[in-house]
Amino acid sequence: MRKGYDNEDEFDRREDLPLLPSFGAQRPPGLQYMMGGCGIAGTIDVNGGKIPGSTITSMLTTMRERENGLGAGYSAYGLFPKEYKDHYCMQFFFDDEDSRIAAEEYLKDRGEIVREGSVPTKRVRSMRPPFPSVWRYFFDPQPRSKMFVLRDQTPDECIVDIVLGINGTIPGAMCVSSGKDMAVFKGNGYSYEIAEHYDLERYQASMWLSHSRFPTNSPGWWAGAHPISLLDWSVCHNGEITSYGVNRKLVEMNGYRLSLLTDTEVVTYLWDLLVRRHNLPPQVAAFALAPQYYSQIERMDERSRKLAEQIRMTYKEAFLNGPFSILVGRSRPDITLIAMADRKKLRPLLFGRSMDGSRYYAVSEESAVRVVEEQATTWVGNPGSPMIAQVGKGLMRKGTEAPFEGVFR
Amino acid sequence: MSGGDQTAKRKDPESIYRNVIHEKFKPSIDRNLCIKCKRCVKECSFGALEWDDDGIRYKGNCVACQRCVATCPAKAIDIVHLPTQYPPHASYTERVRQAITAQATSGGVLLSSCGTDMPYGMIFDDLILDSAQVTNPSIDPLREEVETRTYVGRRTGKITLSSDGYITGSEVTNPIVAMEMPLMIGHISLGAVSYNTQLALLQAAKNLHILAGSGEGGLHSDFFPFAENVISEVASGRFGVTADYLQRTAAVEIKIGQGAKPGVGGHLPGEKVTELISSSRRIPLGTDALSPYPHHDIYSIEDLQQLIAALKESTEHRVPVGVKIAAVHNVGAIASGVVRAGADFITLDGFRGGTGSSPRVIRDHAGLPIEVATAVVDKRLTAEGLRNRITLIAGGSIRSSADMIKVIALGADVASVCTSALIAMGCQVCQSCHRGVCAWGITTQRPDLVSRLDPAIGAARVTRLYTAWNEELKEVLGAMGIDAVESLVGNRDRLRYFGPNPKIAEVMGVKHVGEGWG
Repeated sequence: MRKGYDNEDEFDRREDLPLLPSFGAQRPPGLQYMMGGCGIAGTIDVNGGKIPGSTITSMLTTMRERENGLGAGYSAYGLFPKEYKDHYCMQFFFDDEDSRIAAEEYLKDRGEIVREGSVPTKRVRSMRPPFPSVWRYFFDPQPRSKMFVLRDQTPDECIVDIVLGINGTIPGAMCVSSGKDMAVFKGNGYSYEIAEHYDLERYQASMWLSHSRFPTNSPGWWAGAHPISLLDWSVCHNGEITSYGVNRKLVEMNGYRLSLLTDTEVVTYLWDLLVRRHNLPPQVAAFALAPQYYSQIERMDERSRKLAEQIRMTYKEAFLNGPFSILVGRSRPDITLIAMADRKKLRPLLFGRSMDGSRYYAVSEESAVRVVEEQATTWVGNPGSPMIAQVGKGLMRKGTEAPFEGVFR
Repeated sequence: MSGGDQTAKRKDPESIYRNVIHEKFKPSIDRNLCIKCKRCVKECSFGALEWDDDGIRYKGNCVACQRCVATCPAKAIDIVHLPTQYPPHASYTERVRQAITAQATSGGVLLSSCGTDMPYGMIFDDLILDSAQVTNPSIDPLREEVETRTYVGRRTGKITLSSDGYITGSEVTNPIVAMEMPLMIGHISLGAVSYNTQLALLQAAKNLHILAGSGEGGLHSDFFPFAENVISEVASGRFGVTADYLQRTAAVEIKIGQGAKPGVGGHLPGEKVTELISSSRRIPLGTDALSPYPHHDIYSIEDLQQLIAALKESTEHRVPVGVKIAAVHNVGAIASGVVRAGADFITLDGFRGGTGSSPRVIRDHAGLPIEVATAVVDKRLTAEGLRNRITLIAGGSIRSSADMIKVIALGADVASVCTSALIAMGCQVCQSCHRGVCAWGITTQRPDLVSRLDPAIGAARVTRLYTAWNEELKEVLGAMGIDAVESLVGNRDRLRYFGPNPKIAEVMGVKHVGEGWG
């Protein structure tokens, strides 16, 4: 009997329908866009303590109504030893040997591979093929290498180029994560299968994000599972963005090339654009993604109102319309968890804090908190308002404050 | 026996040719109902009816404007559409033969008005909207907010914040105008329409918190109080462009072209240049007001850049300065150049757009449908990374809220409308505006006709019409699971093509019906 099911009957009922096909790194033929409902769970230890992989696995797998076996994933932050945490950790799915060799050549032309190796995986009997091979490279881009020398880019921009370049041009290769001191473990299967496949119990991390998927009409696809990650950003997303066509234009206008065909990919790039490139505080970026109504903005104090109106004008293409709740993680400058829901709060999101105040939680369902800590304090945020917790700083926003609290000094 | 001229001499030898231009319509008056009040004779400004001792007699020249029908107290009149009397021919249609006959008689350029009536087919009618089901909830606009506020002006694409939270970039100084719906009343000049008509349109714009175009005829000083709702047009004739004009406006628009007559200047027949028009346009009484075809200070893109800069300086950078271009085949590249030349907004005018007077050959045969032009410009500006810098306004044949919604989804921030506003005030689209005798008092300067339109009633009707459209917009947005109109702009994913020519869909970047997301 499999984990998460009380009896065999229940398990059998779920397996009754014909299965959608499954794909590894290679994009499923004809697929143009993916959507669906989901479960999300994240936890962070703000004192920098380590959270075992079994904790996040319990949190996610308990929400079993929220998945149908077509994708799940985890991202871990603050998991690597000192000697590797300052190198970019680039993890890839490869469908075959040729794609791995091509990607390695691509990397070597643009920087130095400090260490490489396959990511440990276990064969889980209930999972079905294909099983793409998973590789990890600790990598330093060389902005002065021949491929970059004319462009005068920062190392981060080199990494973005490499990720979009490999995803877009090498068939059968897909970069899964590319940040420092973080890694993504995801694939096609139930949340408990993916946790077992990657043997998450072997990892300890300061922060975990996770996602299980209930797609409505698309096949399983290892590379398309969440979290979706670029640089140290990773995003888990439960929702359907009705403004996708608009948001997509904004990131494309800013040079991002979409390769994963999910609205989550666009959300990830929006965070990168607004926070890393435009240097906006996270609560300002969150307001751009889920702005308040003009009727609310009119009641703000003057400087908040001016900022709010300007955000709505300037970033109207960043506005994510439709239902969503998202978990956003980053490792630089410090490991941070950002969790927010859309401005109508059409998808669930609940926050929690451990009894000793060291751990924070952001989850789709309260059960995901209670399963690991019965006594935790929980609360809900306001629509569109982010909860932000950071290692070293603790809880920076509860998600119930005024939108720009902390922005003006 | 003898050669030479064998022509039979008649008094009016060409009348026979004129006589084969048949009447298209005929008022049919029910003698049993007619109370012989002669009201219809007075109401018909085209002189089609006369009193003939014992009854009303039809003289000819009916344009089917319905004025006599609407005003007959006895409801005794119907307009009958007369069948063609020509021998049938699929290529030499009645329209073709009449045009040839008319030109052989007059030797002149045929004029017409309103948008083209050629049966090109509307691409809008081949587009189907998406709706939300299951995976995303639809939104009920009666119970939840659905926002339709729209801004017109230039944007920076980026906010720069200081460490203490203040905006430091030029985004705070760029002039921008807010409207409460993504719709504006297009440019209809005083001259093309009457004083009362323009007053009604401006009052409606004020009621609706939207903008209305001045047209190229300047702005009458009585209308200065509407400054916050006016986009002032600077056209090639520069009619009425004064310091006052540029000070009392919410935005300035350089008119390069008009959809109904791309490449052709404005044309106001001398019959309509009364004292009022002469003073507001600053031209002699009774002369044709013919705008030069190009601006004679704009022969290339850098000249346009200079005029934009000059107008921004003259308005002290208080208002956005935009450029209106007719939709033509290379519109994408032209629009890109216009953005780079510094325009804060671009107005695209499609080839079915209205006109008060235009050479018929241009109206019917030149330009590009607004649906295609909007999508092509949106795609081009996006590809060049410029789309989030400007406001895109699209007009020319937007007939309904559905058209407005579709043109927004195709890529426009704002839909510009004219003909529907005039229809709301009585226009029946008889396409005789250029004759200056509009029986509904709209496109005329004759005082007795002008007085037929009560500006307060006109304003109320236009206000109601567009309020209803905005409510319909909210209904559709809600059904799509979208609660603010900006999330529909250029969202072509939410449209599908259901027409005869999938190539059009491909050019517009719209999927075919039956194609899902993935």
